[in-house]
Amino acid sequence: MVESKPAEAGGKAAYEKTVEKFLQKAPERKAAFRTGGGLPLKRLYTPEDLEGMDYERDLGYPGMYPYTRGVQPTMYRGRFWTMRQYAGFATAEESNARYRYLLSQGTTGLSVAFDLPTQIGYDSDHPMAQGEVGKVGVAIDSLADMETLFAGIPLDKVSTSMTINAPASVLLALYIAVGEKQGVPMEKLSGTIQNDILKEYIARGTYIFPPKPSMRLITDIFEFCSTHVPQWNTISISGYHIREAGSTAVQEVAFTLADGIAYVEAAVKKGQDPNVFGKRLSFFFNAHNDFLEEVAKFRAARRLWAKIMKERFGVTDKGAQMLRFHTQTAGSTLTAQQPENNIVRVAVQTLAAVLGGTQSLHTNSYDEALALPTEKSVGIALKTQQIVAYESGVTETVDPLAGSYVVETLTNEIERQASEYIAKIDGMGGMLTAIEKGYVQQQIQDAAYATQKAIESGEQIVVGVNKFQVEEQETDRSLLKVDEAVGQNQVRKLQEMKAGRDNLKVQSCLEAIREAAKDEGTNLMPKILEAVKAYVTEGEICGVLREEFGEYRENIVL
Amino acid sequence: MSERKVRVIVAKPGLDGHDRGAKVVARALRDAGMEVIYTVLRQTPEQIVQTAIQEDADAIGISILSGAHEYYFGRIIELLKERKASDILVFGGGVIPEDDVPKLKAMGAGAIFGPGTPTSVCIDWLLSAVREKWEKESA
Amino acid sequence: MEKLIARALEGDHRSIARLISLVESESPQAEIIMRKIYPHSGKAHIIGLTGSPGAGKSTLADKIIAHFKSLGKTVGVIAVDPSSPFTGGAILGDRLRMQQHAVDPDVFIRSMGTRGSLGGLSRSTQEAALILDACGKDVVIIETVGVGQSEVDIVKIADTVGLILVPGMGDDIQIMKAGIMEIADLFIVNKADRDGADRVATEVNMMLDLLGMRAWRPPVLKTVAERGEGVEEVVSEMLRHADFLSRSEEGRRRKWQRLGMEVEEILRREIAAMVEVAWEKEKSPELFELLAARKTTPYEVAEEVLGKILSETCS
Repeated sequence: MVESKPAEAGGKAAYEKTVEKFLQKAPERKAAFRTGGGLPLKRLYTPEDLEGMDYERDLGYPGMYPYTRGVQPTMYRGRFWTMRQYAGFATAEESNARYRYLLSQGTTGLSVAFDLPTQIGYDSDHPMAQGEVGKVGVAIDSLADMETLFAGIPLDKVSTSMTINAPASVLLALYIAVGEKQGVPMEKLSGTIQNDILKEYIARGTYIFPPKPSMRLITDIFEFCSTHVPQWNTISISGYHIREAGSTAVQEVAFTLADGIAYVEAAVKKGQDPNVFGKRLSFFFNAHNDFLEEVAKFRAARRLWAKIMKERFGVTDKGAQMLRFHTQTAGSTLTAQQPENNIVRVAVQTLAAVLGGTQSLHTNSYDEALALPTEKSVGIALKTQQIVAYESGVTETVDPLAGSYVVETLTNEIERQASEYIAKIDGMGGMLTAIEKGYVQQQIQDAAYATQKAIESGEQIVVGVNKFQVEEQETDRSLLKVDEAVGQNQVRKLQEMKAGRDNLKVQSCLEAIREAAKDEGTNLMPKILEAVKAYVTEGEICGVLREEFGEYRENIVL
Repeated sequence: MSERKVRVIVAKPGLDGHDRGAKVVARALRDAGMEVIYTVLRQTPEQIVQTAIQEDADAIGISILSGAHEYYFGRIIELLKERKASDILVFGGGVIPEDDVPKLKAMGAGAIFGPGTPTSVCIDWLLSAVREKWEKESA
Repeated sequence: MEKLIARALEGDHRSIARLISLVESESPQAEIIMRKIYPHSGKAHIIGLTGSPGAGKSTLADKIIAHFKSLGKTVGVIAVDPSSPFTGGAILGDRLRMQQHAVDPDVFIRSMGTRGSLGGLSRSTQEAALILDACGKDVVIIETVGVGQSEVDIVKIADTVGLILVPGMGDDIQIMKAGIMEIADLFIVNKADRDGADRVATEVNMMLDLLGMRAWRPPVLKTVAERGEGVEEVVSEMLRHADFLSRSEEGRRRKWQRLGMEVEEILRREIAAMVEVAWEKEKSPELFELLAARKTTPYEVAEEVLGKILSETCS
């Protein structure tokens, strides 16, 4: 008979003693363990850590306040998240071909990337656009380009997300105009515009106008869509870029929700009902490396936003209390060294987003630290989502990690710390003031600098970069390059289009926009819509608005 | 109290607004004892070059993530030549594929620091390249 | 060197920039440069802008430059930012608000770190201003860090000093700080669209009343620099002050006082250098033993050292 050791007397004390003895022989790898975002991690979590939690109050049920466990009652058992890959480059024709490829491969939603001149309200022939046309996305100067972009794609059958901020009103108007030409009424259109100007000031840099008129454009869109385009998500309040700029997970939640508060306040001030426009607010988060922290982060964000809408704004409509979000895997975690490793990183990040309950997901391609993705690499990124959806089993039950001692602890902690930040920002007078003072930017930069130091000191490991490096072998390095001729062709097309349109009508439309811009009480959307239908260019519309609203001057914080 | 300090312009030409890297580099250079003239976003090549001249900069550091690197490096180096200021070093980083680096260097870029490069590598290069530049000046 | 200076005097930006660097880094050529430059200086209107961080100095400077340009004047700007006392490095970010002027040949903008001068304005700031003056700039604006001594130091360099205040930043207390009220020739309440702007302006006027009659009563102006509001008035008051200085006894007195300080600075520096060299030679363990044992006093030691310096100089 085999002698077996007797079971030890139970209890935490016994464990602690065992650990103490064990550590003598085998010390732990580090002196202190933390999450990627800097939260301390204990060796072990037990029911003790969840003392004081009340299931009904703090977790509840999916689809019910406070939505910690998800915004739909059946989540992925009913329908998977939308697999939505961000794409768009060079010309409208090529982008159109890429969209049709993605749709044929199983994408369930389109996501449009625009080039920098379009994002900043410049036509392709503007001097500031030189060298930038078609580089990071598609160039859209007028309705002609938009029609090409969506040729053969029925707008009543797809949902389209457009990553456009400062000139969002113009792009939304263009989309509506294309729909009309296809015979699809506004009411049937579904999609999202990012339309989040505050994060542009904080982290992304593609702003045009100063804060006040920018907020006006945003609330005009809320109002217009509430009435005319009810299925449209009018804003994607973003934490993705804030995280990419270097913030911690807590800051990502805090600053995003604080931005959200600012938008809701602005619309409420204009007399809009948060129960109505609140239903169409959506969010956009980052799926970063630290798996446990990320899952907790998404759940904390959902619960905190629900409380904010209910308690601060008195919202009773369930749809308006819910935080629905899109996620993108973290671009800043991709390495140029041994790029194939990125496929694995993206897979882990995908799992975190799914276990966090995302409504839609973009997965990065493995070569994106080097260039825009090729068709092959974008295919792998999409397959990553499909494998998690169909093969991993995590989608067969709702919010599977609930009840995990560490996940619930982290969820509580992230919510608590984010609330502290929000209270501090309230104390400063709100997010607009905090941004003006540079507080938000400073917090983010300090975190970014700390991360850089941690990587350079070896405290934080990046596989293939500061540990396990290899001599680079010849790998498949077919990278995407954007042809310089693209810019020239676009300019030529633009000039031809301008020559062929009714230029008197163009002038009168621009005048109408100018008049409307001067009056804060007038909604600009109808005038913009009329203008785009007359083939007024985006640059012309933004040019008039620049004259009326002025341009934002960055407040550099270092 | 005073000795000659390394003066570097850190700039983002064009429309790209992603400045996390540029700011991290600027701070690292400052921590290494250099004077960093950090310009705003959306600088034209003309603005960057004229700034470098007025500030008597030793080097211009360019951050580009938008794929427009060939255009901007080319323009800036060309302008420096026109203004007879080619002794000012040009370096940069961002999303620049390795395959493009030889081309940029052939244009006149001194060094390109791709994603994942520790700031210490950039600092070491700058210090030695600038020392060489100073030696050539006094010769 | 001759060629460099000649080109700089003609207005070549590169040469001007090089001269400033040589002077800033206290290179051996610095004195030669300043001796050659000085005869050409003394024409520019030197304006100091000071005020706490966040007051909007750079934004205001940007608009002021534009105004002077519209009056046909050429402008030089020196923007001073603090250097890190630990690393010696600095992030010089003031000029970014003035970048619209970066490619204008009539505008020269230079950023300088404080480089260890505790006050905030180093000698080289003044020398750089003189260089810009000599090389043809009609107006030279010096924008200081706005903390510590620099607010007071600026008067040694500038003809006209503008103090920028912002409502709601506790600036009313700032005004009480010794010396500030007497130094400023203009008070500018920026961000005047905020609550409290009028109150600040009133308080300043009251303080000025308490100081009594002076030859120049500093105007108290309101601006919203971001929108360019009130800037025209600021510039015209600055010009009025320059005019006042050129024809008044007060103006002459100040100019002579500044010139005197310039000479004294150099004298003190030279003598300090001499003292350091001489004292270094005298220092010895034996001497310190004598002092510790009270067999001699510091006064006697100093007398001896001075004696040696004087006899050396005279021989």
